[in-house]
Amino acid sequence: MSDGVKLRVRQASKIYPTASGDLLAIDRCDLDVRAGEIVSIVGPSGSGKTTLLWTMSGLHSLSSGEVQLDGKPITAPSRDIGMVFQDANLLPWRNVQANIAFPFEIMGQQPDKAWIAQLMHRVGLEGFENRMPRELSGGMQQRVALVRALSFKPSVLLMDEPFGALDAFTREEMNHLVEEIYLDTRTTILLITHSIEEAIFLADRVIVMSARPGRIASEHLVPFARPRSMEIMSTKEVFDLTNIIKKEIVGDQKSMAGRPRSTARAAG
Amino acid sequence: MESTDAIPQFSKSDAGSGGVGVANMSALAAGPGIQSVRDVAIIVIVAVIVVGGLELLLNLFSVPQYVMPKPSEIAYALVTDFWFILPHLGHTLVELSSGFTIGALVGLILAAVITQFPFAEKIIAPYILMLVTTPMLALVPLLILRFGFGYTPRIIAVALAAGPMVMINAATGFRRVDSGKIALARSYGASTLQIFWKIRAPMALPMIFVGLMVGSIFGLLTAVGAEMVGGGFGLGNRLTSYSSMIQMPQFFAVVLILSILGILIYVLFFLLGKKFASWET
Ligand SMILES: Nc1ncnc2c1ncn2[C@@H]1O[C@H](COP(=O)(O)OP(=O)(O)OP(=O)(O)O)[C@@H](O)[C@H]1O
Ligand SMILES: [Mg+2]
Repeated sequence: MSDGVKLRVRQASKIYPTASGDLLAIDRCDLDVRAGEIVSIVGPSGSGKTTLLWTMSGLHSLSSGEVQLDGKPITAPSRDIGMVFQDANLLPWRNVQANIAFPFEIMGQQPDKAWIAQLMHRVGLEGFENRMPRELSGGMQQRVALVRALSFKPSVLLMDEPFGALDAFTREEMNHLVEEIYLDTRTTILLITHSIEEAIFLADRVIVMSARPGRIASEHLVPFARPRSMEIMSTKEVFDLTNIIKKEIVGDQKSMAGRPRSTARAAG
Repeated sequence: MESTDAIPQFSKSDAGSGGVGVANMSALAAGPGIQSVRDVAIIVIVAVIVVGGLELLLNLFSVPQYVMPKPSEIAYALVTDFWFILPHLGHTLVELSSGFTIGALVGLILAAVITQFPFAEKIIAPYILMLVTTPMLALVPLLILRFGFGYTPRIIAVALAAGPMVMINAATGFRRVDSGKIALARSYGASTLQIFWKIRAPMALPMIFVGLMVGSIFGLLTAVGAEMVGGGFGLGNRLTSYSSMIQMPQFFAVVLILSILGILIYVLFFLLGKKFASWET
């Protein structure tokens, strides 16, 4: 960890065996995420973003290559990593409080009540402890999911299109919230999103992936100071960056249309 | 662990909701929706009209008692013969509750086990289907021959009738894997057993209640049928004996008790489902 790299991905490839042959989902990806950095990943559908994230979470194994957390290979889920899924993924038979206690139950530990109360306050969920998930709006559910993911103080937060199902306003609110929490905790965050705006607003670095096979295509720095305001979104820098990234993704999708679904084998 | 490689898609049509098979919770949820005093009043008035009308019609056409006794006669028989019928109700309840408990337990365990091993499920499925579709009453004469005229053959018959019903419904429930929720649990390092108790079992609960309800009604049916064949005691035995003596008011009094019993069982599982599986609806 002396080099400050929190997550390291080296030559990561993942092959899914499918009925129509092996599918190379990600191909020799390299990525370093420094401690305390926010990195966004964007890319066309099927470019392997989720696959990459899941191997980092330890939920997937790689076909070849390695992912490391603090210099140690990740082979199984670890409590250093919190995950936020696309739909809030709350357990509908548990109320908010019991949903947040769920990780602790699995890990066989007592929940850190003071910390959770602080998080609940931070995301504006005080007083909602006894509500059932179905009684909450999509944004509120995702707040619960955020508290749940942070409740056991992971040093890394992996988010897979966490706000994709929310309306634009709620989404913006959630983006601010994530940044606030980030400024509080300095948790290393890796965020997959389909929204280039969201990617730029939150990240120190935006990674663009290309599809079939999924590769890391380019990387863009977002050098704005924090806390950021939505005003930066109307600056020329952001406008240009958005266009560049959009072109990369659209170009990739166009060139893909002519290509057959890749069934190439990963090298190595 | 083949499940490791499934990325949940989180489309709204994922296994999490809907698609629960033949019977589903809506059958339970569509229970009596009594809202106000006015509703109660209407229900009572309709009941009075139906019962009173029946009484009036039977009087008007002077239908003989052995064809259809009047509601008042049935009510009278219910009161006068109550203490005589009560022990028989007790016998039926003993058979039903012990047979159902055994059948439901075995059914639940089997459902939990086979759904963990899809291959075993494929092998067992045809036999389960046979158990579900074959009326267990058919076995009662054989069971009596083997176990005599006591509780035993009846309890076995009830268990055989209720168990498979509980099992197929519970299996449907356990099969509703939501890969996203399982991934969630796994991301905290959950073991297979933890995933079963904390994800699969609660997700299956609504279907388990459906199975328990259907199973207990089938159990009641089988208990009464076995009593009709086996003789000696139980409400089913009362039915055969009253009808053979053409004591129709008593006969219908027993039928009334049976239907009330059935309704109580339904309401019990409806309320249990509402209490423990209300998140579904
Ligand atoms: N369990 C699986 N079995 C077979 N193929 C899979 C599996 N999961 C993903 N894939 C394939 O791997 C490729 C990458 O999928 P992945 O879900 O990682 O992409 P993504 O970038 O997250 O896409 P999206 O933006 O649509 O979420 C796709 O072609 C997908 O069809
Ligand atoms: Mg994805």
